[in-house]
Amino acid sequence: MNKKTALHDKHVSLGARMEPFAGYIMPIKYSSVTEEHNAVRKSVGIFDLSHMGEFRVKGEGATKFLDHILTNDADVDNGHAFYSTMCYPDGGIVDDLITYRISANEYLMVVNASNIEKDWAWVNSHATGFAVEIANESDDTALVAIQGPDSEKVLEKLTGTDLPSIQYYRHVNGEVAGRKALIARTGYTGEDGFELYTRSADAEAVWEAVMDAGAEFGIKPVGLGARDTLRLEVGYVLYGNDIDHTTTPIEAKLGWVVKLGTDKDFIGREVMARQKDEKPSRYIVGLEVKGKGFPRHGAELFDGSRKVGIVTSGSIAPALGHGVCLALVERGFQKIGTELEAEVRGRRIPVETVKLPFYKNGSRR
Amino acid sequence: MSNVPEDLRYTDTHEWVKYLGDGEYMMGLTFYAQDQMGEIVMVEFPGLNEYGIGDVMGSLEAVKTAEDFYAPFDCRVARVNEALEDEPALINEDCYGRGWLVVVRTDDPSAFEGLKTAQEYSEFIGE
Repeated sequence: MNKKTALHDKHVSLGARMEPFAGYIMPIKYSSVTEEHNAVRKSVGIFDLSHMGEFRVKGEGATKFLDHILTNDADVDNGHAFYSTMCYPDGGIVDDLITYRISANEYLMVVNASNIEKDWAWVNSHATGFAVEIANESDDTALVAIQGPDSEKVLEKLTGTDLPSIQYYRHVNGEVAGRKALIARTGYTGEDGFELYTRSADAEAVWEAVMDAGAEFGIKPVGLGARDTLRLEVGYVLYGNDIDHTTTPIEAKLGWVVKLGTDKDFIGREVMARQKDEKPSRYIVGLEVKGKGFPRHGAELFDGSRKVGIVTSGSIAPALGHGVCLALVERGFQKIGTELEAEVRGRRIPVETVKLPFYKNGSRR
Repeated sequence: MSNVPEDLRYTDTHEWVKYLGDGEYMMGLTFYAQDQMGEIVMVEFPGLNEYGIGDVMGSLEAVKTAEDFYAPFDCRVARVNEALEDEPALINEDCYGRGWLVVVRTDDPSAFEGLKTAQEYSEFIGE
């Protein structure tokens, strides 16, 4: 039985195509994926991301605990957020997530919907010995995202919080349309924008206020279809597609969130340190499709007759007009400009490794 | 209930074909097929070449899936719907009109007559 978010009836009344995703019934699109994608690139879009999971970590040991289970540095300033991976001892990825530091003794971890149960068990199984209390607030928390270059102009009509003072990857507690919200300048689109964490009971009021305030900018509700094309266009990995328990952050070129340069003792450190020294046997790369069509998740990549990799995500890039992919390729084939072929329905499509992001004109990267 | 216009002919691979006169036939994707595929985001057209019956002519990429389209009979491609280059979703909006795919030529009128009628296609898709 799929769960509904607090905004479910709103999506249905807007005519969304609703489909099961990660245990929730979610809006895939309202009008067209391309239109919704373009609204976020050019003006502003609103998303219901209430399926995402929220764990609150409190206590004197919070920083120490997060430094143990996360690969990135948790000892950031209050009011900062950071992206990280959470890994198994063998370096495989449990999940990738954003963590918001409220204070040294309080953090909010935001995890992928598909991993909530797995992550909850994982986090709790490692909490022994740390002075922390962890609460799963996923069901009581709604997440409404406003993304696109006009986001600040929309949100400033609804809050007394000084938005220009919130820099990228920072957050404050404030109010939106009279409802309490954690207002964070984060997102998954490559554009400027905010993520608003509220109580589920307040989600509808916040959604409606944002829609009204955004009307003059042509705000559009955006479904998970365009969320996927937006993130792929800027080269962001998606757990379950591009990364999972078999890939390490080093292979996924997420080495920047693995703090090997400090003495932080995190789960998976040994394997990642070795992999960084010896170089991994494979890498995630960006591929640009030469010509028409595009390979999708699972398509095999060839150098002549030799199989050298597999596509992990593939789509048209609506802002670019051609196909783009993320792929796992053997070491030696990751260099920019390497020409390969993807097999699609028995035919070969030429592709070339390119520098990420594919779309370079986003208002945030 | 799908929309299956009476004046068109159909293939098992869900193309519709319309006689334009003078040996020319327009073809496109049926309402049923575009509805199954969902939003189409890219069209790969054939060259202006000859194709045998059942040959792959091109392909359609939707958000979640992709399908080839096929030559309904031995023919030569005369022109393609270039409007779909910029607006592939025209196939979803107006599959029997502005969302047409290609125009082909054949000198054998019996090839067209051999395709499914609207009634036969409706039965084929179970309606």
